[in-house]
Amino acid sequence: MLLRLTTVSKHYKLGGTVIRALDKVTVDIDSGEFVAIMGPSGSGKSTFLQVASMLAQPSDGTIFLKGIDVTEYNEIESAKLRNKEIGFVFQQFNLLAKTTALDNVKLPLVYGQVSDREQNRRAKEMLDRVGLSDRMNNTSAQLSGGQQQRVAIARALVNEPAVIFADEPTGNLDTKSGEEIMKLLVNLHKEGKTIIMVTHEEEIAAFADRLIMFRDGNILSDTKKRKTKKKTSKKKGKK
Amino acid sequence: MGNAFKLAIKAIWINKTRSFLTTLGVIIGVGSVVLLTSIGTGLSAFVQEQFDALGANTVIVYPGDIFGEDGGFSQEAQLSALSNSKLKMSDVQELRRLREFLDIVVPMNTRQETLSYRGSSRKVSIVGTTHEFIIAKANILPETGRFFTKEESEGAKKVIVLGPTIKEDLFGNIDPIGKKMRVGSTTYRVIGVMEEAGGGGFGGPSFDTYAYIPIETSFKQFDNKTIIEIITKTKSTDNIPESIAAIEKTMLKKFKEDEFSVVEQSDILETIQEILGVLTLGLGGISSISLVVGGIGIMNIMLVSVTERTKEIGLRKALGATPNVIMLQFLIESALLSILGGTIGIIIALFGTWGLQSFFPAKVTLDAILLAFGVSTAVGLIFGVAPARRAAGLSPIEALRYE
Repeated sequence: MLLRLTTVSKHYKLGGTVIRALDKVTVDIDSGEFVAIMGPSGSGKSTFLQVASMLAQPSDGTIFLKGIDVTEYNEIESAKLRNKEIGFVFQQFNLLAKTTALDNVKLPLVYGQVSDREQNRRAKEMLDRVGLSDRMNNTSAQLSGGQQQRVAIARALVNEPAVIFADEPTGNLDTKSGEEIMKLLVNLHKEGKTIIMVTHEEEIAAFADRLIMFRDGNILSDTKKRKTKKKTSKKKGKK
Repeated sequence: MGNAFKLAIKAIWINKTRSFLTTLGVIIGVGSVVLLTSIGTGLSAFVQEQFDALGANTVIVYPGDIFGEDGGFSQEAQLSALSNSKLKMSDVQELRRLREFLDIVVPMNTRQETLSYRGSSRKVSIVGTTHEFIIAKANILPETGRFFTKEESEGAKKVIVLGPTIKEDLFGNIDPIGKKMRVGSTTYRVIGVMEEAGGGGFGGPSFDTYAYIPIETSFKQFDNKTIIEIITKTKSTDNIPESIAAIEKTMLKKFKEDEFSVVEQSDILETIQEILGVLTLGLGGISSISLVVGGIGIMNIMLVSVTERTKEIGLRKALGATPNVIMLQFLIESALLSILGGTIGIIIALFGTWGLQSFFPAKVTLDAILLAFGVSTAVGLIFGVAPARRAAGLSPIEALRYE
C-alpha cells in the first residue's frame, strides 16, 4: 500500500457554519496506479487532493504514506515530505515567470539539498524525457501551453516522487496539446509511476485505470478497470 | 543560503527600475549621513590643524573666572569678565620676568572705532598689541608691508596694520601702504595689510576685519589701560604645567583666584572639538531620519512584492520550501536592496565630499562609511521582517489559488 487515507475528514469554518468538505473518506492507493478523481464542484475532490498531497492537514482521520503515519506532520515536515515524495502538476502550469525551463524543473531540487551539478543533470534528463531538451533555456513566456505543461511534468518527476498529483492537467490546453499531455502521463504510468489526477472531463478520466467519484464530501463510487486494450477502455469507467 | 542570494539578486534585477526607486530613500539617507558626518569631521580636523599651527605651547591669561561651574567655558562669565578686566600692563611686566618659563608675553586689548580714508569709513575692532603678536599668532602674518616694530610698539607710534577686509572696503584697489588714514579723529599711517585668515572663531567676527595698532598707542589715544587677554608662549611643550603654575603664582600675588583664568591651548581645543562633536552627531542624527524613511520605503515595496508573488510563494511552498526558507529569501532581498542603496549612497557622499573639498574642509572617515553600511544593512533586515513574515506565513493552497 502506497497511500492510505482512513476516515479522513476536512472541515472548514465559513462564517458561523462548518463546511464538511471531506467527510470520513477512506481510500487505499497502490503503487503504480493511475487514479482519476471526478465529481461536481464542491464534491470534495479538490479538498481530497490537497489533503492527500499533504498541502492541507486533515481535521480528522489518518494518512499513511509508504507505511508511515504522516497525519500529524507539522508545516516543516510536510514541506520536506512534499519535496521528496510528491510531484505536482497544476491546471495553470504554475511555472516561474522570466525563468528558464531548466531552472523551473530544478526548483524542487533546489529545496532538496542536491548539488548544483546533480540538479543540472537530473533536470536535463527530465526535460529530455518530456521531449523539451531543445527548449531548456527558453523562459516560460517563450513556450506554448502544452510545452509549459510538459515542463511542469518534468518538474513533478525530477525528485522521483512516490506519487504525482495532477489537478486538471489538461484544463488549460487545447485538445491536441491535452492529448499529448495525457499520452505523456499514460507513458509515465506504464513506467510504473503512481498518478492521482483530478478532472471533470470523462475522456480524460478514461485514460486512468481507476475512477473515484466524489459527491458531497463522500466517495460515491470507486471502480477499477480491467486491464484491456486502450481502444475499448474509452467508454468504461464512468458512473 | 547561496541559493537565497541568487534568488534575491534575480528578483532585484528583474524589477530594475522599481528596485532603484526603492533604494532611493536609503541612497539619500546614507548619502546625507556620510556627507554631513564628513563635514563635521573635516571641520574638526581643520580646527585641530589651525590650533597646531598656533603651537601647542600657547598659554593665555584671561581676566575673571571664565570657567563655568561645571568646568567648561561659560560665555556669560566670559563676557562680564572682559568688561570688568583688571589686567594692566604691569601684570604683563610681571609675567615677562618668568623668563625660565615663558618666551614671549603679548598683551591685547580691543576697541570699536571708526576708520576712515577719503570719505569712506567703517566701524571696526581695533586690536592693541605688541610687535610680538605675529609670533604668538603664527598663523596670521602681514601679506604686504609689515607689522609694527618693537620701537614703534614701545614708542606708541601712530601706525596701523589692516585686516584684508578693511583694506578692501576702504582702499579698494589703491595700495594703502604709507597712506594716512583716520582712527576716530587721529591720523595714523598704514604700514601693512594682513593676509586672509578666515574665521575668528565660529560665529564671531573674522580676523580679516580687525585692525592692529601698538598697545601703547591705544592706551594713550583711548585713555584706557585695561588689557583683556595676555598671550604667552612657553619655552617648550614639556613644561606647560610648570609654566601655568608659575603664571598663576605670579598672578595670585595681586589678584584673587576668580579675577583671572589661565587657559591652555588644549583646553580651548577640547571645548571646540566637543561642540563640533555634538554638531556632527546632531547633523548625523537628523539625516538618519531619512534613513528610516528609506527603510519604510523598502518595507512598502517588499510588501507589494510579496503580494505580487503570492502565487510564486505558494508554488515554492508546495514544492518543498519551508517557511524559514521563504522568510530568508525575502529578508535577504530587502537587506540586499538596502545594502545596494547604502553602497550607492556612500559613493555619492564620497563624490560630494570630494566636490566640497575645494572650498570646505570635508573629510570622509572609514568609521562613517562602516557605520552607514552597517546601519543600511540593519535597516533592510529590520524593515524586511514584516514582509518576509507575511510571505512565510502564506498557506500554499491559498497562495496557489491567488490570482
